Amino acid sequence: MSGILFLVVLAILVFWMIGAYNRLISLKGQVANAWKQIDVQLKRRHDLIPNLVDTVKGALQFERETLEAVIAARTRAVAATGVAATAKAEGELTQALGRLFAVAEAYPDLKSLGNVAQLQEELTSTENKIAFARQHYNDTATQYNIAQQQFPTNLMAGMAKATPAELWEITEPGERDVPKVDISLR
Amino acid sequence: MPIPRDLFAQQESNRRKSSWLLIGFVLFFAWIGFGGDIALYLATGDAPVGGYRHVVPLFGIVATLLASGFAWVSWLRGDREVLWSTHAMELVNPVTEGQHRFVNVVDEMAIASGLPRPTLYLVPDDDPNAFATGRDPAHASLAVTDGLLVLLDRDELQAVVAHEMGHIERYDTQLMTLVAAMVGSIALVSDGFGRFLWHGGRASGGVLRAAGRRGSRSTPVAVVVLVLWLVSLLLAPILSRLMAMAISRKREFLADATAAQFTRNPAALARALEKLADARGPTRAVGRGAAHLCIVDPGDGRFQRLKGLGGDLLSSHPPIEERARRLRAMAFEA
Repeated sequence: MSGILFLVVLAILVFWMIGAYNRLISLKGQVANAWKQIDVQLKRRHDLIPNLVDTVKGALQFERETLEAVIAARTRAVAATGVAATAKAEGELTQALGRLFAVAEAYPDLKSLGNVAQLQEELTSTENKIAFARQHYNDTATQYNIAQQQFPTNLMAGMAKATPAELWEITEPGERDVPKVDISLR
Repeated sequence: MPIPRDLFAQQESNRRKSSWLLIGFVLFFAWIGFGGDIALYLATGDAPVGGYRHVVPLFGIVATLLASGFAWVSWLRGDREVLWSTHAMELVNPVTEGQHRFVNVVDEMAIASGLPRPTLYLVPDDDPNAFATGRDPAHASLAVTDGLLVLLDRDELQAVVAHEMGHIERYDTQLMTLVAAMVGSIALVSDGFGRFLWHGGRASGGVLRAAGRRGSRSTPVAVVVLVLWLVSLLLAPILSRLMAMAISRKREFLADATAAQFTRNPAALARALEKLADARGPTRAVGRGAAHLCIVDPGDGRFQRLKGLGGDLLSSHPPIEERARRLRAMAFEA
């Protein structure tokens, strides 16, 4: 009788171990995949920028500096390697593009170029895609990190070779600054 | 921070319900067929020698085979049928600015949810509405009306798409598509049989008369079987419709929450829902069979205005005010 009970407990334990192991492995795969998604979107943005610059060059003769800042930021972003360096360079590129669009607002005839409106939609979408890919990556990585630290799944973490995944942090100071609000009503 | 949610349990629950639906569907038709056979057998049991005796359960076999075939087709092509019934056209090459934006927004939400990008469809209707269908995320389709692309701004469109992606992720679309395909066929069969019975098909007339006339020992059994059979025929369309409604009401809240998780912008969905509520004429392209798939009730809102139990039971969607209120609470705006 006790032998049967022992076997049953053992079987349950083995099934649980297999389940926990597979869950960790599946999460690890999802994290890797989510990271690839960010890469894909970053590449897409790098490809779109030369197009944008060519289109607005004519109309934005007096904003040469802004355009050059975008091109320089893009070059740095393409060259960057590693999580932290990539995050920093991409953040700068985002800021440079933001300035370009802010400047473009002042040239109404730019909007009527048609192409520009479409390119702007494409870039807005790409910015969103990068942000969502980042969000998805961080969510998946958090799930993975929690799973490998929570009891009792953490007992299987060693066997599944699970190590905490690095989250994509916002590194550039500008993005993290709390907007200053002046309520003194002077 | 991921919002804690038991996604896996929800997917499992939906898949289990889909299986039960398919099984129940086949069993229902088997009962309609074999029940008819039993009634006919009892009616012709004491037929004179040489007269027709109903011994081979032909109706039962045919009905079961037909239902199994239909369940199989619903599983494989239910989404096509739903899309076809709404006159949806696949969006292959986006032309207008709104269509480009729609494609981009779907790509964004596919990334945010980590799901494959669904096939996109446009429903030629000026009333704003949207729905998703398909048996799993790899076979999902997402349809919006032309009116939706005109009415909503970028954030609101994103929120609506996220809501539909939520349905896809949670396998709601699987269950709801099957329900759409089957509610339709049950109504069809029930109507057909009803007419057949009332307008006196000869066989059924014989059954009814035989059951009423005969005083032999089998009479009580025959009457019970016959009554059960008739009642299930008459109630089936009503029950299946109520089931479709009940299935979708709870799910809308859950899909709203999932949408908020994808976009991190619940206020945009609240705004979108209120715009859709204000614009609500009937979405003519969407028939009642697919109503429970839509983000807002495509009907003219007749039942939603009936407060209380009756209105709740008969509407496929929870009141928009309640949905918007919950979303604004998520956005700390309530």
